[in-house]
Amino acid sequence: MFQIRCPYCGPRDEPEFKYGGQAHVAYPSDPEALSDEEWARFLFFRDNSKGRYAERWNHAAGCRRWFNVIRDTGTHELVGSYRVGEQPADAR
Amino acid sequence: MRRLPDRGRVDHGHRVSFSWDGRTVEGLRGDTLASALLANGIRVLGSSVLMSRPRGVVGDGVSDPHAFAQVGAGDATEPLMRMHQVETHDGLAAASRIHQGILPTGADPDRFEKRHAHCDVLVAGGGPAGLAAALAAAEQGARVILVDDHPGLGGAVLGEDLILDDEPADHWVRHAEERLRANPDVTVLTRTTVFNVGDQGAVALMERVSEHVPADRRHGRALRRLWQVRTHQLVVATGATERPLVFADNDRPGVMLAGGVRGLLHRYGLVPDRCVVFTTNDSAYRTAIDLIGAGVEVPCVVDVRPDPSGPLVRRARDLGIEVRTASAVIATDPDAEGALAGVRIVGLDGGAEEAVACDVLAVSGGWDPLMDLHHHVGGQARWDAEQLCFVPEGTVDGLRLAGAAAGVFGTAACRRDGHLVGLVAAEATGFGSAADGPAAPAAEEDHAGAPADFVVVPGTDPVHAFVDQHRDVTIAGVERALGSGLHHVEHLKRYTLVGTGTEQGRTAKVNAGRMAADRFGLPFAEVGVSNARPPAQPVTFGALAGRALGARFDPVRTTSIHPWHVAHGAVFEDVGQWKRPWFFPQGAEDMDAAVLRECAAVREAVGMMDASTLGKIDVKGADAGAFLDRLYTGVMSTLKPGRARYGVMCKADGMVMDDGVVLRLADDRFLVTTTTGGAAGVLDWMEDFLQTEWPDLDVWLTSVTEQWATVAVVGPRSRDVMASLAPDLDATQDAFKFMQVEEAVVAGMAARVARISFSGELAFEISVPMTWGLALWEAVFAAGQPFGITPYGTESMHVLRAEKGYFIVGQETDGTVTPLDLGLDWMVADKEFVGRRSLRRSDMLRDDRKQLVGILPAERLPEGAQLVEDADFEIPVPMIGHVTSSYDSAALGRPFGLALVRKGRDRIGETIYAPLADRTVAVEIVDPVIFDQEGARRDG
Repeated sequence: MFQIRCPYCGPRDEPEFKYGGQAHVAYPSDPEALSDEEWARFLFFRDNSKGRYAERWNHAAGCRRWFNVIRDTGTHELVGSYRVGEQPADAR
Repeated sequence: MRRLPDRGRVDHGHRVSFSWDGRTVEGLRGDTLASALLANGIRVLGSSVLMSRPRGVVGDGVSDPHAFAQVGAGDATEPLMRMHQVETHDGLAAASRIHQGILPTGADPDRFEKRHAHCDVLVAGGGPAGLAAALAAAEQGARVILVDDHPGLGGAVLGEDLILDDEPADHWVRHAEERLRANPDVTVLTRTTVFNVGDQGAVALMERVSEHVPADRRHGRALRRLWQVRTHQLVVATGATERPLVFADNDRPGVMLAGGVRGLLHRYGLVPDRCVVFTTNDSAYRTAIDLIGAGVEVPCVVDVRPDPSGPLVRRARDLGIEVRTASAVIATDPDAEGALAGVRIVGLDGGAEEAVACDVLAVSGGWDPLMDLHHHVGGQARWDAEQLCFVPEGTVDGLRLAGAAAGVFGTAACRRDGHLVGLVAAEATGFGSAADGPAAPAAEEDHAGAPADFVVVPGTDPVHAFVDQHRDVTIAGVERALGSGLHHVEHLKRYTLVGTGTEQGRTAKVNAGRMAADRFGLPFAEVGVSNARPPAQPVTFGALAGRALGARFDPVRTTSIHPWHVAHGAVFEDVGQWKRPWFFPQGAEDMDAAVLRECAAVREAVGMMDASTLGKIDVKGADAGAFLDRLYTGVMSTLKPGRARYGVMCKADGMVMDDGVVLRLADDRFLVTTTTGGAAGVLDWMEDFLQTEWPDLDVWLTSVTEQWATVAVVGPRSRDVMASLAPDLDATQDAFKFMQVEEAVVAGMAARVARISFSGELAFEISVPMTWGLALWEAVFAAGQPFGITPYGTESMHVLRAEKGYFIVGQETDGTVTPLDLGLDWMVADKEFVGRRSLRRSDMLRDDRKQLVGILPAERLPEGAQLVEDADFEIPVPMIGHVTSSYDSAALGRPFGLALVRKGRDRIGETIYAPLADRTVAVEIVDPVIFDQEGARRDG
């Protein structure tokens, strides 16, 4: 069971959180301008890489805030968390 | 074996009486089930799993392949309990079932607890290394939890006759324990096992709280307690386990591990009559020396080494013990019940086989560090070619090994290592500096002679020589697997089951890996051993569940009106965590009869329903309208305060996600309703977009599902009921239109009334604060009496909405259905909203998508029934759709339903077919709106 650092509430056990997939995948600003393929890339394609991975978590049973976590998919290490609007380098 | 009156740590003056296989057996206080049976001369514990060979006690601890028993009677019975952990007490009932237990059929009468804890350093193992680590870390200021699975601390010290600081090692153990127990920042947990290590220092412990005392003296205490500890550092000081050797009939009861024989002497005062020792290393000489000291006959020590010369060997020789060098035990002889009567000794350089009588053979093939917890978190191991065992290779973050578990052998050396590791763990947690910490106690140099690299006795009978006694795997079995091309130890494990089962191969997998390496001529370091996986020891499901049983398994959500539903005989349906009335049977009515009656009442007079469980989200802020426009397919910002509009939202892939009515309460305030099951997900979804995509919007979201109770008053006479309930509210059609919202006093309560209909009938939804729900419900029920008001449940609600062609999220939709598939083109506004782009993906534009239609089948169909084009078909036949809803309709006087059918809207008027198991039913496709197509009933 992970212990995840919510940037707003501090470290809490995993059951308080909900997973939200890869971070920094913005909803396209003008979806209508995209081709079917470009739209499908946004909808269906996510990285599945080994190593440090930025992903979204929601403190669902706490402050309800969405934030980002850097997790090492190889070692399961949680490198750090950061708020929406911050960059992976801000993780702590 | 027999009991010496003055040896061991048992209470010789206190006898306990328990049952074994139905017969009464006596033991001493301090005995385990294993030791008490041995003291009673019971050598055969049961039969082996595949070959039905007699098997007995092998060791004195967790690494015993056979010492498992059924313990407890009735529904409290538990299978495969470790006999070395089961402490005997009066009334204990145990039975011989060493490999296959019996599960109780009823509810478990025992109680289990859970506890959460945090600490800086958790130490697993209370032997010299663990004690020293806990002491060192605690003295640096760290909060420490020390865990040991025995009733008392000391670890291997309790099973040996050891000297530390020139006095019995016991003295130091007692002193260390006193210091630990005096420290308020140290928690000592005995009878507790670390069985799992997870992420970020999550450690799971199982504490045996009261199973060692008779049931009538447990005084309500839990049987066991699951500890979920979050620790910064974990020190694994779990010791080492002894490795057996492989020769013919090495599985006879009486063939034991040499350390186990010592443990039985020093812990329980048990000794054999005549004991031969068979070893590859110096440690087993202790067994011979200790037994001689206890007055036991030791005919010889059989050592595979040509020239053993360590200090223990010298001491044994000085005591007059015969040492047969360059020799091995190649086979054993049975007594009448198949237990050990003697051994056959051969010289490894040749020579005649010699028979020596003995009742115990003490075997040692070396020692393996117990690194299971290190492996659980991905720790690696390397082959130590000097010590001839796998030792940890590097450490995994937050986990350190100490003492024998780290490949450090010898009491003083383990204590020293534990001390150093304890300091490092404390420093890593922020307590003190390891370099400046208290000085480590000295450890004498180890002068033991080199062990021999030896597993299988040459020339032994492969069919009766066991590599894994727990799984009945012989040399022949391993050879067969390796010969079949199973080169990898993990393949070998799965093919032969070596290393699996309750014992998890602690005495087997190193030898099995070794045989694989030898067979293929590969370095053992490359071949390795099969991986250890959690749990390190079996765990009762009851302990994992704790008190989360029955009603406490999952929260049950009820509305404030719930007691009325219960009192009036409602049958309930679970919707998410909510209990909702499914139908209200009267007399002997079954569900179909009740639903027909309830539906008829709604269509002909008036019904009432508890709609409080519907999800409700308060959306407030200057940009609330714009926010909702971006999420719903329709436009919400144009809604006037006091008006409501139905809305559908999609996932980004364009599939319907949820639906509900949106009420505009003020310019800057909306009340969004969601499906009962979807409320939490919709709130998370809204927060997601608000926080991550549009943080510039001035919008605030609050869940108010549990703040409002809602009673729906539905049917042509509902306006009459409202007139009686709320005389000041003008509910006439001109004053109170469909989708209008009014604040009004209803039955004396400040209420919000909305004309929302999910049945096609004239309807009023009355909302009051949740605490007033029951009062409102009772007032509505009373006011409705003159009109025959009928409470109805979710099933009637489903029938009524299906008659009108209204879909239900999760019933008509399944994540592959778009608003267009549902015929909601009119609701898809020409503006951007989440998922809109998906609606013109090529797959969405296919002209053969499944579309929502109504169906009139010749008989009521099961929901989920597949639909085909022709009545005469041959399998395989293309499916063109399936039934999503199916009911009997009171209003139509016939069965009907909804279905998703390819090109469904083009097929209206056609007949298709539903093939059932024994017949095929004709199905007419109709418009989804089957009842009141012109919508004449909506306004009463």
